[in-house]
Amino acid sequence: MASKKLSPVPAGSAAPYVPVSGDFELLGNRDLQTDTNFASQSYWKGVFVHFFKNRRAVVGLVIIAVIILLAIIGPLMNSYGYRDIIQYRNDQNRRVVAKAVPPRVPWIHQLFTGEPYDDAFADRTFIFGTDDLGRDLWTRTWHGTRVSLLVAFVTIAIDVIIGMSFGLVSGYFGGVTDNLMQRFVEIANSVPRLVIVSVLAIFMPKGMGLVIVALLLTEWIGMSKIARAEMLKIKEQEYVLASRTLGADSAHIIFREILPNTIGPIITQMMFSIPTAIFTEAFLSFVGVGIVLPQCSIGTLIEEGFNNITILPYQILPPIIVLALLMLGFNFIGDGLREALAPKLEDM
Amino acid sequence: MLKYVLKRVGLAALTLLIIVFLLFWLVRIMPGNPFPSERMNDIQIANKRAELGLDNPILVQFWNYITKLLHGDFGNGTSLYYGVPIKTVLNTAVSNSFRIGGISILLGTAVGLLLGITAALNRGKFLDGFCTVFSIIGVCVPSYVFMIFLQYTFSFKIPFFPYFFDDSRFLFSSVMPALSLSLFTMSTIARFTRNEMVEVFDSDYVRLAESKGLYGSKLVRAHVLRNALIPIVTVLAPLVVDLLTGALVVEKIYGINGIGKLMVDAITGEGIDYNYVLALGILYSTLYITVMLLVDLLYGVLDPRIRVAKKRGEAA
Repeated sequence: MASKKLSPVPAGSAAPYVPVSGDFELLGNRDLQTDTNFASQSYWKGVFVHFFKNRRAVVGLVIIAVIILLAIIGPLMNSYGYRDIIQYRNDQNRRVVAKAVPPRVPWIHQLFTGEPYDDAFADRTFIFGTDDLGRDLWTRTWHGTRVSLLVAFVTIAIDVIIGMSFGLVSGYFGGVTDNLMQRFVEIANSVPRLVIVSVLAIFMPKGMGLVIVALLLTEWIGMSKIARAEMLKIKEQEYVLASRTLGADSAHIIFREILPNTIGPIITQMMFSIPTAIFTEAFLSFVGVGIVLPQCSIGTLIEEGFNNITILPYQILPPIIVLALLMLGFNFIGDGLREALAPKLEDM
Repeated sequence: MLKYVLKRVGLAALTLLIIVFLLFWLVRIMPGNPFPSERMNDIQIANKRAELGLDNPILVQFWNYITKLLHGDFGNGTSLYYGVPIKTVLNTAVSNSFRIGGISILLGTAVGLLLGITAALNRGKFLDGFCTVFSIIGVCVPSYVFMIFLQYTFSFKIPFFPYFFDDSRFLFSSVMPALSLSLFTMSTIARFTRNEMVEVFDSDYVRLAESKGLYGSKLVRAHVLRNALIPIVTVLAPLVVDLLTGALVVEKIYGINGIGKLMVDAITGEGIDYNYVLALGILYSTLYITVMLLVDLLYGVLDPRIRVAKKRGEAA
């Protein structure tokens, strides 16, 4: 049982044995269980630690960060504008347009084949190629991503404000107010989004405004449900009572005392709403009531790619991949956040 | 139970009535004029309006519309398919859409369940990983992208399926749209089934059943599936609704004369056809509310605990 280095203490010697460091050895690669004490940490630090332990969540975060970065700097990485047609005049003063050039990076081509391209745009780099009008798809893809993300962020931000206020107020007051407000939510929730869009399309011109209003009218409902559920959970707690005893009015209690404590589930819901918003925008733009020319978004890019699919099959790939990665990233982050905010016992 | 069902049905009908009225009212206050001709003077226009009943109060007009609607008369279109009764156009559209939608829901649910169960039984193994990757792809990529991909590959590159929908070969040409529409359902159900089953497998009562000596398919069928399947019914409702949305673009791409394509045409076509928007709005809302209602009721039937809880809630 005892370590082999422990020599038995000779009987009769008065001085007790003093261990030296050579008496101990490391156990090797055995998995060591170290307990993390979550009770002594602040709530958000715990969430942070849980979130970053989740491999999927981190992958999602990296994907979204890279896409946002590219959406910001992507169009600046070359000299083409998103609506510029790439062309020049040749010796006979004819216009030469870079129509439908497949993806090309000259130095990589040179590396593999040993010789440069032999056409008019030999020295140009088109990472995603160009479309049928001669516009650079790299620039257009990232510009479109930027537009799509912007639409999604703006609408979700407004939806959070509307939905959260509605849900918090409904949950806080309860009784008749709550009943009336919930009947309203029920009816609003029973109107399919498509019907809202089709009626809106009569009132409003096509374009970004239509997409934003359509999303505003539908996405706040989920938010309000979550806010109401949180409110019902929290409003019976002592600190709310304390605040009321001290003379705080309802507005102060709802928005100053309770709101900060509901923020976690709301952020999670946001992470699931953003992909829905992007999806809806892409869908509406694809159908033709969304973003209009000369602007572009992921939806219009997919539509353009679809229209040209028989001649330029590669054109549809970048927007689809960006769309799929956005969905993936936001869903992973949402899942990660949900787990981090309410960790199950076994994960602790 | 009967009381509960009746109450739910009544509420749904009331909601539907409110929605139909809102739609009707919105379309009536829409900008535009049914008599744009400059050759008609005010008296003529007033006569024409009286003849069509447009000078009645909105509630009377609504009453007339509803009574006609209940007799199956949606009125006539104006710009889309000039003057053809909407009912005849809707009939073909609904039958096409429903058949394709039905196939894809069945396919999606069946394959999704199968995949989910297989993954849960092989937890942590290759099949489980495959199922996860599959369901992630299915959720992240819209159905119309699959449609475009399938159309490009199997109609254009390898001309096996028809490039556009062909009414005379219904089943054959609905393979691709049904498949692409079912992928989202399939992956959602697969992921959901897998997670539910894993959770049930870890529960105490399954452990008890195992300790009694139950094993294999009997355990899975009698204890795990029964309990894991109940929550799956709840995800089916939103899935059916998503299918409706997805079908819009898929029908447009593949040239299927369904309600989705009709909707796109009504919104974007040459000008917007108010009557079609109204009729389709009513159709979609009815579908949506019916599906929600059905799932709600089905949930009560499947899970006795919910039924009992609801009864107690009513008594209290």
